[in-house]
Amino acid sequence: MAEYPKDLKYTKDHEWAKKSGKVVVVGVTFHAQDALGSVVYVELPKVGAAVTAGQSFGVIESTKAVSELFAPVSGKVVKINDAVVGNPGLVNEDPYKAAWLIEVEPSNAGDYDKLLDVVAYEKVLAEAH
Amino acid sequence: MAPRPTPLNSAHKKLGGRLVDFAGWEMPVQYTNLIQEHEAVRKALGLFDVSHMGEIEFKGKGALEEANRLITNDLARAADGQALYAGLLNEKGGFVDDVVAYRFSPEHIFICVNASNAQKDFDWMFSNAKKVKPVNRSNDYAQIAVQGPKAAGVVQKLTKAALDKVGTYRFTTGQVADVDCIISRTGYTGEDGFELYCPPDKAERLWFALLEAGKGEGALPCGLGCRDSLRTEMKYALYGNDIDDVHTPLEANLAWIVKLDKADFIGKPVLDKQKAAGVTQKLVGFEMTESGIPRQHYPILKDGAKVGEVTSGTMGPSVKKAIGIGYVPTALSTIGSTFHVEIRGRPVGARVVKTPFYSHD
Repeated sequence: MAEYPKDLKYTKDHEWAKKSGKVVVVGVTFHAQDALGSVVYVELPKVGAAVTAGQSFGVIESTKAVSELFAPVSGKVVKINDAVVGNPGLVNEDPYKAAWLIEVEPSNAGDYDKLLDVVAYEKVLAEAH
Repeated sequence: MAPRPTPLNSAHKKLGGRLVDFAGWEMPVQYTNLIQEHEAVRKALGLFDVSHMGEIEFKGKGALEEANRLITNDLARAADGQALYAGLLNEKGGFVDDVVAYRFSPEHIFICVNASNAQKDFDWMFSNAKKVKPVNRSNDYAQIAVQGPKAAGVVQKLTKAALDKVGTYRFTTGQVADVDCIISRTGYTGEDGFELYCPPDKAERLWFALLEAGKGEGALPCGLGCRDSLRTEMKYALYGNDIDDVHTPLEANLAWIVKLDKADFIGKPVLDKQKAAGVTQKLVGFEMTESGIPRQHYPILKDGAKVGEVTSGTMGPSVKKAIGIGYVPTALSTIGSTFHVEIRGRPVGARVVKTPFYSHD
């Protein structure tokens, strides 16, 4: 598995986003889970909550650290992944599939296009090292 | 300033450890996975590099009396070959550090101190020692902790020393994998095991010999990450979190390391008074009764008002619960007392429980 799939968009804060019909699915990247270590807690907004691009929408915690989750796009949360709340370790096991976090109905189509593509995101990672 | 490497730095790099700056030392926080490393220590064994710890020695006639006047526990009541956990206190009864004092003999006391406090401790001991001045031996020792139910069997494979004769908080000297060691049956994980003090230039050889001998038993190299989750599950205090220069050992629920009936030691007058008057706050262990993980510095609330602060907290990998340690008013310190921890602005329910949080069944 590629660590950073080409068909996803990314934020500099290490979230990924994927357009799926009318919604954008959001999760955290391989790098995010690797840097955090064993994820033990995930706090997500309620369905119906509004999220704003670049603003915190939840929290992810490992045994050691607390980290905020930042929304890649603005809009309304239409679905949350209860499985990952119940089993936070999924974030480490399968960050791009089983551990998707929320689905957002975007309020501004432009947000998605402004996100980083895989090349730009890998550059962010390279510069951080 | 770049963090200092320990004598095991190249071993950590060979094993893929993720190195971080801890108290000025470049230390592995984990090698592969914190929870796996934690479990290895609970069920098999794990190896920790604790070479960053400091060592301070008192030698000569009157060494015991000198050291005994600096610490809360009583070396006069210990046997040769026994180690004692103790507080090193300031005049106000707060901790300069928490230490383990080894009694080789009344003329030879060896004290292991926290890395972050090593220089401060040495300066404190030196300026307060009257006749026998301490020597800072920190650069003469590397230290490897071998912890877990299978630790004794694995170390025994590499030494002629009769480990079954070395009880908990007892120590001996001898060769392990042909390396001269102080072999101490102590640790910071709640598991049986040893802390091996050895010459720095032999540390890597000892490390890989232990790893090799423990391979079939499930030995893993372990980082500071699981060292913290293991000690938190035992409610072992961490200096800078749960104990500090303002809280006394009586407030920290460590009365058992304070011998108020021995001759004078620094901080004793304050503790005598505090014991007579009773403490107003106590360090307790609690678990969350609602969803959330307590973390250091989160406020503890009762009826909406801040009454204390979390000093350590995590999701305990073995207890599988969100657990915390913190100071609360004495009235809230009994088992079953309830309060809230403020997590990101939200009060989340918590209850005082019996500690250690983790126990072998």
